[in-house]
Amino acid sequence: MKLTLNHVQEDILTEKMLLTINELRALKKFSFKFLVVKVNGVLVLRDQYDTVTVKEGDFVEIIHLISGG
Amino acid sequence: MQFQEIQQILSKRVVGIAGCGGLGSNAAVALARVGIGKLILADFDTVELSNLNRQYFFIDQIGAPKVTALQTTIAKISPATAVDAHIMKLDPETIVALYRSCDVLIEAFDKAEMKEMIIETALLRLPGLPLISGVGMAGWGRNDRIRVEQTGKLFIIGDGISEADEEHPPLAPRVGVVSNMMANVALDILLGSEKE
Repeated sequence: MKLTLNHVQEDILTEKMLLTINELRALKKFSFKFLVVKVNGVLVLRDQYDTVTVKEGDFVEIIHLISGG
Repeated sequence: MQFQEIQQILSKRVVGIAGCGGLGSNAAVALARVGIGKLILADFDTVELSNLNRQYFFIDQIGAPKVTALQTTIAKISPATAVDAHIMKLDPETIVALYRSCDVLIEAFDKAEMKEMIIETALLRLPGLPLISGVGMAGWGRNDRIRVEQTGKLFIIGDGISEADEEHPPLAPRVGVVSNMMANVALDILLGSEKE
């Protein structure tokens, strides 16, 4: 599945046509706990990570939030 | 633009700062120095000795609420800057109530879960409000890793990877770089020079 992830073109190795946010996180081994996720510019909330899906051509941003300030 | 003209524009602008630790206190002072009209500060904490390695406080302010200490300091730098100081722990409701009328909001929390909370709240409930967030500034050095990332009206500043912990404390130079970059992006927005 070809998509733009964090402004980089990526080809995600999967047989599926749709991936949930959590499936994409697992495939990319993104382990940070706190995130801001946007798909095609639309915010995806934490309780939607198992239901909202991405597909070929989507523009996906997964921003990791870490402590310190 | 001459400084007088810059000051004239900024004197009519309001910036919200959520959290007045390393990022918030330094960004607040930078914005006060250039003559921002009003700052809305919120933080529940008091000044401790361990804060002085990076936060804009003084020895004689230890024990004072951070927002009132900062209000006193700003009055000595820029008496024309109005400061609304709120001693409180912010949640989605109070974030919307306090910051809905701001021109720019600066997220300056310490904990990642609070950063997530305020970004979600702002994007969902204050969609027109530019939000500047600091992510990744622990340790020292690596100036070249610190950058600004923009998505819509959200600006994220930091290196994105240096998490603060016991072995990687946040320190004045790097926290100062990120907090001043946050204030600098705020100026870009307020003076109308930011890229959409």
